[in-house]
Amino acid sequence: MSEVKKIATRESYGNALAECGKEYPNLVVLDADLAAATKTSIFKKAFPDRHIDCGIAECNMTVIGAGLSTLGKIPFVSTFAMFAAGRAFEQVRNSIGYPHLNVKIGATHAGITVGEDGASHQCNEDLALMRTIPGMVVMCPADDIEARAAVRAAIEYVGPVYIRFGRSAVPVINDNPDYKFEIGKGVLLREGTDVTIIANGICVSEALVAADKLAAEGISAEVINIHTIKPLDNDLVVASAKKTGKVVTVEEHSVIGGLGSAVCDILAEKAPTLVKKLGMQDVFGESGPANELVAKYGLDAAGIYRDVKSFL
Amino acid sequence: MNNLELQKKANEVRKGIITATHSAKSGHPGGSLSATDIYTFLYFEEMNIDPKNPKMETRDRFVLSKGHTAPGLYSTLANRGYFPVEDLKTLRKLGSYLQGHPDMKHIPGVDMSSGSLGQGISAAVGMALGAKMDGAANRVYTLLGDGELQEGQVWEASMFAGHRKLDNLVVVVDNNNLQIDGCVSDVCSPYPIDKKFEAFNFHVINVNAHDFDALRAAFKEARETKGMPTAIIAHSVKGKGVSFMENKAEWHGTAPNDEQFAVAMAELEKAGEELCQK
Repeated sequence: MSEVKKIATRESYGNALAECGKEYPNLVVLDADLAAATKTSIFKKAFPDRHIDCGIAECNMTVIGAGLSTLGKIPFVSTFAMFAAGRAFEQVRNSIGYPHLNVKIGATHAGITVGEDGASHQCNEDLALMRTIPGMVVMCPADDIEARAAVRAAIEYVGPVYIRFGRSAVPVINDNPDYKFEIGKGVLLREGTDVTIIANGICVSEALVAADKLAAEGISAEVINIHTIKPLDNDLVVASAKKTGKVVTVEEHSVIGGLGSAVCDILAEKAPTLVKKLGMQDVFGESGPANELVAKYGLDAAGIYRDVKSFL
Repeated sequence: MNNLELQKKANEVRKGIITATHSAKSGHPGGSLSATDIYTFLYFEEMNIDPKNPKMETRDRFVLSKGHTAPGLYSTLANRGYFPVEDLKTLRKLGSYLQGHPDMKHIPGVDMSSGSLGQGISAAVGMALGAKMDGAANRVYTLLGDGELQEGQVWEASMFAGHRKLDNLVVVVDNNNLQIDGCVSDVCSPYPIDKKFEAFNFHVINVNAHDFDALRAAFKEARETKGMPTAIIAHSVKGKGVSFMENKAEWHGTAPNDEQFAVAMAELEKAGEELCQK
């Protein structure tokens, strides 16, 4: 396999903010003493007056974002997913979601690929939490191109948005010149007839590799990238499930409440289909190198290949 | 507006609070009544607002951090002309825009949805910061309960406001010393309140919450204070203006029944008549 370009989506996040800063003078970025890690430091360097470090006080930061938005600012509230969606859940729900304010939450270091920091910092629940809030747009981009597009789309969209970014470098897969990003529109990456693999975030590139391996054995897997978990691309999911009759979801997140659950919700209603949910199986993560953790919890290409085969 | 006129307005606001909570058969009269004179001073004297243009960009902002005393805010807004006083009777009813806690999406004059304690002050801080970033003249006022000071987020917000020298921000604490479970000082004491805000680099003013001369002086002092936010610790009487509700924790979140409603309204009518004879 030729050398694939790899970039962490948190890096894409920082770059996208800096890219958009000039175009959108109302764009402001808030951080909670993690600018070097969330990469909002890139924006800070370009626009120091519009970068607000709130210190280690995520709940306060979240609602300061809400207050700023009422004056016409477009705030990006940035911290680790654990704190953005976890610690400050009620602030997001009551002070951003309920009044439907134009606040964007840029949550980095999501999932087990946080790695060595361990379970306390590996948030596998954020998409589930954010998805329950009425009117929230919830996105989990797969690579650098998609992450930057998601940031731009979030700025252009008026209303609350949650975007999940990762700590570890992931391959660039959306370098197709026809690639177009639209909130709520999934991307059909590979057509197939035997099984549908629906993935998001870091699992998308792994799913594509798994599909190659399955193809070598005569198994035709359709691969769909669902970068927006809410609103979900119901049409794409339902059509594919009807075509293949079997669905496997793959996410770096708990299988409770995330992508797998969202897919099951719509399929149960529109096209009852057998679904296998790959992800964190109701367990906490642990310390270790990101790639080893991904392998241990079966979210790498080998794990996806193995689980799809046993499912069929 | 002179003090007598303010007193008359405040008396009307109190009638609206009693009417609304009686009609709703629930709600929070105690803390609405303790804050009535503060609401009245802010909306009839202090703030740059226009009831005919509730979204006016240059307006001052108010965030009711202690959102449960919405009946006090709604009655003030109604009496100030944002919406009909008659609508106060729809408080908390299905289909009414007057939600149990402030809802900025549907209530004219409400600048921020609130109700979950400790969050409103952060929103106000965000507004004050935004105005500063724009070099705009908007001032931002937020009203907190003294029990609310037990929420840690209040101090996160205060630390930030002091650090950022937000002198366009005024934090008012309605210090009636009562919360649901009893005296604030018995449940989990926030005292000394003034020293705490001082420690977070606020200019602090202690004031009698029911004395319009004192409120006038305090808000003037706040406006003249540069380089730091102001905290006004307003010493108040919970249930103020309705004799049987005064200084009683049980009136925190209980609505008057028909009989209590009649007694309370008779008291307020009498107080209003006395003011008219002054």
